[in-house]
Amino acid sequence: MSIDKETVRKVAGLARLSLTEDDLERFTPQVAGIVKWVEMLGEVNTENVAPLANVVNIDLKLRPDTANDGGYQKEILVNAPESMEGFFVVPKVVE
Amino acid sequence: MTELTHQTIAAALTGLKKKEFSAKELAEAHIKVMADTRHLNAYITETPEQALVAAQAADKNIAAGEMRPLEGIPIGMKDLFCTKGVRTTAASKILGNFVPQYESTVSGKMLSDGAVILGKTNLDEFAMGSSNTTSAFGNVISPWKRSDGSNADLVPGGSSGGSSAAVAARSCMAATGTDTGGSIRQPAAFCGIAGIKPTYGRCSRWGVIAFASSLDQPGIFARNVEDCAIVLKSMSGHDPKDSTSANKPVPDFAAALTGNVKGLKIGIPKEYNVEGMPPEITAIWQKGMDWLKAGGAEIIDISLPHTKYALPTYYIIAPAECSSNLARYDGVRYGLRVEGENLNDLYSKSRAEGFGNEVKRRILIGTYVLSSGYYDAYYIKAQKLRRLIYEDFINAYQKCDVILTPTAPSAAFAIGENDDDPLKMYLNDVFTVPASLAGVPGMSVPAGIDAQGLPLGLQILGRHWDEETVFRVSDFIETAAAFSAVPQMIQKKAA
Repeated sequence: MSIDKETVRKVAGLARLSLTEDDLERFTPQVAGIVKWVEMLGEVNTENVAPLANVVNIDLKLRPDTANDGGYQKEILVNAPESMEGFFVVPKVVE
Repeated sequence: MTELTHQTIAAALTGLKKKEFSAKELAEAHIKVMADTRHLNAYITETPEQALVAAQAADKNIAAGEMRPLEGIPIGMKDLFCTKGVRTTAASKILGNFVPQYESTVSGKMLSDGAVILGKTNLDEFAMGSSNTTSAFGNVISPWKRSDGSNADLVPGGSSGGSSAAVAARSCMAATGTDTGGSIRQPAAFCGIAGIKPTYGRCSRWGVIAFASSLDQPGIFARNVEDCAIVLKSMSGHDPKDSTSANKPVPDFAAALTGNVKGLKIGIPKEYNVEGMPPEITAIWQKGMDWLKAGGAEIIDISLPHTKYALPTYYIIAPAECSSNLARYDGVRYGLRVEGENLNDLYSKSRAEGFGNEVKRRILIGTYVLSSGYYDAYYIKAQKLRRLIYEDFINAYQKCDVILTPTAPSAAFAIGENDDDPLKMYLNDVFTVPASLAGVPGMSVPAGIDAQGLPLGLQILGRHWDEETVFRVSDFIETAAAFSAVPQMIQKKAA
């Protein structure tokens, strides 16, 4: 399917990206062009192929579930645009 | 003391040990070049004071006869590696004031091996680009110029363009990079230096700002293969903080440089002979084969049948992982914040203001291919193709020990030349992306120059975990090619 401005507007909403009309005009043909181009993968029969998520066969190890780190409240907050009394501050979300 | 900045790391380590010069003198010489070459915009943040403190510590160790593997060696650190107390931006406005409170594993290992970090090198925003023209801190300019006198500013390649430009301009002896689809190998080729992306999992990604986690891999640029081998050893090794980092012993890579390629089987993939490839690239590729053949290696025709699907596969997987990784930039916990009417508005405005166009484009594509109803058609399909591409390499390595290809389909282009069309820009990575998808190690070495006097690179790809053979073949090609060209600005200085 071809991608139109409304699709890009919807996707931008999902991605929490505020786009202007100018942005939409610019990005829509580019995104549509790239998506159309990647659709060439459709010509390959992959019926019996398992998806590959990671190229290195490493068994994920479990570590003991013990606290071995912590106490970084100050370090964690130091880059926050706004913090107060040890918390991140956001606009009011509950009425 | 310009000569201090023209030596190899191997020579500098010997010179330091023999006390022919001090680490402080070595650092000062590079700090001077860094200041003199600011017009290249290779560094986002310079850290000369910290470098001098580290150099003095290095001199103490040398005096005490306790030299560490990188003692006193001036290094550039790609501004994607978090460095404790030193601003780390990923070349994005959204992290313009971010000061990490921790050190990435790779930079930490290098520091504890005695490296002297001169500064944070420029890159494409979040490592997304092939020309270093998407940085929020401005384009990086290659130290190279075309010999026709046109004086056009050329790209250093990307995404690790600041690192490649800095090493080529002699403002550091080596610089770290990260390679997701070619971001070390392509800039190394464009700047006439050596660069290696090791096997996925060889170097820890902990503390490296994520772009596409299943592809991202740290690596190194230096002016020759041996120097890359020396520094890569320091960067490599298991890290419990990165679940994909491999618990494997790290070989002494430099010991692999035997100069002997006799009996090695070199695969030449027919699919890399792409339509419209400049004759100069074909010629340098042929030269590479001739050198290896003369050295007793066997040249074997191989096929990597799914090569043409690698780029579209990559441009589904990488944006998908990018859109997921970059969801963390929300204007709340760190980074740029633009106030909004409500929380959602704050997120959307902060991200719109903080990200540049290439990053936005990839977030949009990634979000689209992961969105409900399209996930199987695009993302799962791409992961299936990824397996076929991976298996191509596994099958090829039944027949050959390494694969030889050109690194890039052209020499460096002028800034702005490919900007109009993202697809055209993506084609730069046509020879580097397949190996990234397969996770195999790859190195670029300078092999010759084109008619404009610009460097051309050859790429050597190896089996998983077999960087040693990659280094051995790369070193052989480097010796055979006897590449001695340097950027005009260096020649002028030396004259």
